[in-house]
Amino acid sequence: MSALDFINPGSGLYAKREPVFPRVVDGRFRRLKWLVMLVCLAVYYITPWIRWDRGQYAPDQAVLVDLANRRFYMFDIEIWPQEFHYVAGLLIMAGIGLFLVTSAVGRAWCGFACPQTVWTDLYQHVERWIDGDRNAQLRLNNAPWSAAKLGRRLGKWSIWLLIAVATGGAWIFYFADAPTLASQFAAGDAPFVAYATVGVLTLTTFTLGGFMREQVCIYMCPWPRIQTAMLDEKSLIVTYRDWRGEPRTQGVKKAASAGGRQGDCIDCNACVAVCPTGVDIRKGPQLGCINCGLCVDACDEVMGRLNRPRGLIDFLNLDDQANERAGARPVPVLKTLLRPRTLIYFAIWSSIGLFMLFTLGERARLAIDSAQDRNPMVVTMSDGEVRNGWTLKLRNMEHRPRRVTLAMAGLPGGRLWSDAMDRRDAARSITLQLAPDATNVLHLYVIAPGGPAGETPFTLTATPRDAVAGSRDARAAARDVKFIRQ
Amino acid sequence: MTDHPAGPKRVDDATGTSLVGHEWDGIEELDTPLPRWWVYIFAACVVFAAGYVVVYPAIPDMAGTAGWTSRGDLAAMLTAETAARAPKLKAIAATPIEALADNPQLMRIAIEGGRAAFKVNCVQCHGAGAAGSRGYPNLNDDDWLWGGDIAAIRTTLIHGIRSPGEDETRFSQMPAFAEILGKDQIRQLVSHVRVISGQDHPSRAAKAGAALFAENCASCHGDAGKGNRALGAPNLTDSIWLYGGTRATLTTTIAKARYGVMPHWETRLDAVTIKMLAAYVHSLGGGEASPAAAPANEPDVGT
Repeated sequence: MSALDFINPGSGLYAKREPVFPRVVDGRFRRLKWLVMLVCLAVYYITPWIRWDRGQYAPDQAVLVDLANRRFYMFDIEIWPQEFHYVAGLLIMAGIGLFLVTSAVGRAWCGFACPQTVWTDLYQHVERWIDGDRNAQLRLNNAPWSAAKLGRRLGKWSIWLLIAVATGGAWIFYFADAPTLASQFAAGDAPFVAYATVGVLTLTTFTLGGFMREQVCIYMCPWPRIQTAMLDEKSLIVTYRDWRGEPRTQGVKKAASAGGRQGDCIDCNACVAVCPTGVDIRKGPQLGCINCGLCVDACDEVMGRLNRPRGLIDFLNLDDQANERAGARPVPVLKTLLRPRTLIYFAIWSSIGLFMLFTLGERARLAIDSAQDRNPMVVTMSDGEVRNGWTLKLRNMEHRPRRVTLAMAGLPGGRLWSDAMDRRDAARSITLQLAPDATNVLHLYVIAPGGPAGETPFTLTATPRDAVAGSRDARAAARDVKFIRQ
Repeated sequence: MTDHPAGPKRVDDATGTSLVGHEWDGIEELDTPLPRWWVYIFAACVVFAAGYVVVYPAIPDMAGTAGWTSRGDLAAMLTAETAARAPKLKAIAATPIEALADNPQLMRIAIEGGRAAFKVNCVQCHGAGAAGSRGYPNLNDDDWLWGGDIAAIRTTLIHGIRSPGEDETRFSQMPAFAEILGKDQIRQLVSHVRVISGQDHPSRAAKAGAALFAENCASCHGDAGKGNRALGAPNLTDSIWLYGGTRATLTTTIAKARYGVMPHWETRLDAVTIKMLAAYVHSLGGGEASPAAAPANEPDVGT
């Protein structure tokens, strides 16, 4: 009885959550779910601990989102903020990948790989281990509070809490050197944000995996709604073959007496009992169905015991439902999967991936950016020559110090020098020592004989001095700028 | 939109949920009950908001019980910032100004500190980019009236130029030659100055002006007109003019003289700020090396 019901009893405005106690089941989709869960959790927990040698000037963590230094490391790939379009490309690939998977095999993401599904599954497994299977859980749920019940609840919640802490704890290791952060965290020296992140993720994991579960899918998540637009008549969805199953047991005698057909469904409710979201798939496709296929496993088991063909509940698309209803054979699954829509999605998805891989392999690791002084733009020197200034940013994206020659092409009579030099050493080119994996900022002066007002374009080129000619890191970075006289 | 008349609730066949009673082109809205936990979250937000209003200042003229203010927040941040800066400022104070260049990191800090102080104290005359204007020197170029090494710049900052009330101020005064020379003689002097600065070809008037220059001007500006920093006498042969190099402005300058004033900052700014300002002005591209310092080749560029 909630306070709101007390204010307005029986209003029907607010619905209490109906707890779901899914029964344990075994079968091909259950085993696939185990496999996916194992892989997902292993990837999530182990990745930050993989080491990757990058030399002395870069971290040795294989996957690291270094927000403080604005670098993103993923094995051999390092992304600078200026290259954030690669991250945008990855997000686009993730989006199109979801479209591809959804149009091919329906809500496979929801049923197998979504963190909400994976962690709920894990929590339910713990629940069964402590409380027993569906019937025992139901009994315990309805039993009055006692020492035994409290003990079981506390035991279950403690294990849930441990998993939740580990989940939040693993997340932070993606953002800092994992071994260092782990010892700092244990010693209480880690940054506040690390503890706050672990706290928040512990809370959400504990709540969403332990108590909210299917409520997240049904009320919170936008993805089921988007699915409605993404699915088409050829997408695989979990389907109850009602043309084979109906009429169910209750109607069998009546149907037999009327000389009608008797359905295969014995109304054992196994499909409902195993459903992690508590839906009855026999009512047809619905928002609550996450397409995990556990009801398929449950029904196959029952059909096997009755020596009836499997697949009363099965992954089937809407077109085939119509075909089968009309007595025709279903189209082979492979043929349905390889249709223009999925192929186009795959083509877009893989071209983006290949294009990004190609550009990642070809990208320059030395870049030059410039901002011309605007106040004053032009400085007349006492000997009548004219000076312009630039703030120059040389990005050395290699993990080693580099020697580069900064030279100018064009602007007759022009010479350049940096703020760390003296004007007497101005020349057509200067040599600079660049710090490793860093943006090297300097102020550049360019001086040229005076002349009529106007702009004279010229090019600044940074050429590495320490690379084998023709190799990729021997590539120069160039910047077109304008010298201004007035 | 069609509104179905009020009456017994109709129920949707497919879902078993009752209908709200509104219909748009045959599409009807189900009266799905809100999950109860959702309502709890709403109630919790209301409770949180009520607590927030009490703890933090939310109503005009009412301080929250936590005593938090945005001004206090700013003051705390400024205090922390000042404390963080203190050791760096102390290091700058302890370093002789000529030795700053030997410590590039400290020099960078000094330049940035000077940049900030310049924006507050100097831009009114010298401009935001220190480019100056007529009568106010451009600090980006390599022409210095009183010296362009970092120590000389600091001396100018400390004592000012022709600054009233400062005994040690840099001082010199050019006479107004309208009371000494005739109009023709001033015209001849202007011609001579135009010639030595490379703006005009030699002429008879200029030749006459040269004699007048040797007699009246060379004592400060030098025989060749190259100026004298000890007296703040400008070099008349270069391309840079504080008040302009045209005949008209030169005539005015000679006839009436100029008397530019810069305040002495010793009494207004602390020694470290003045040091940082000198470092900033010196860094603008025209700064001269200290007499003993050697130029560095192939510099290490910092990050």
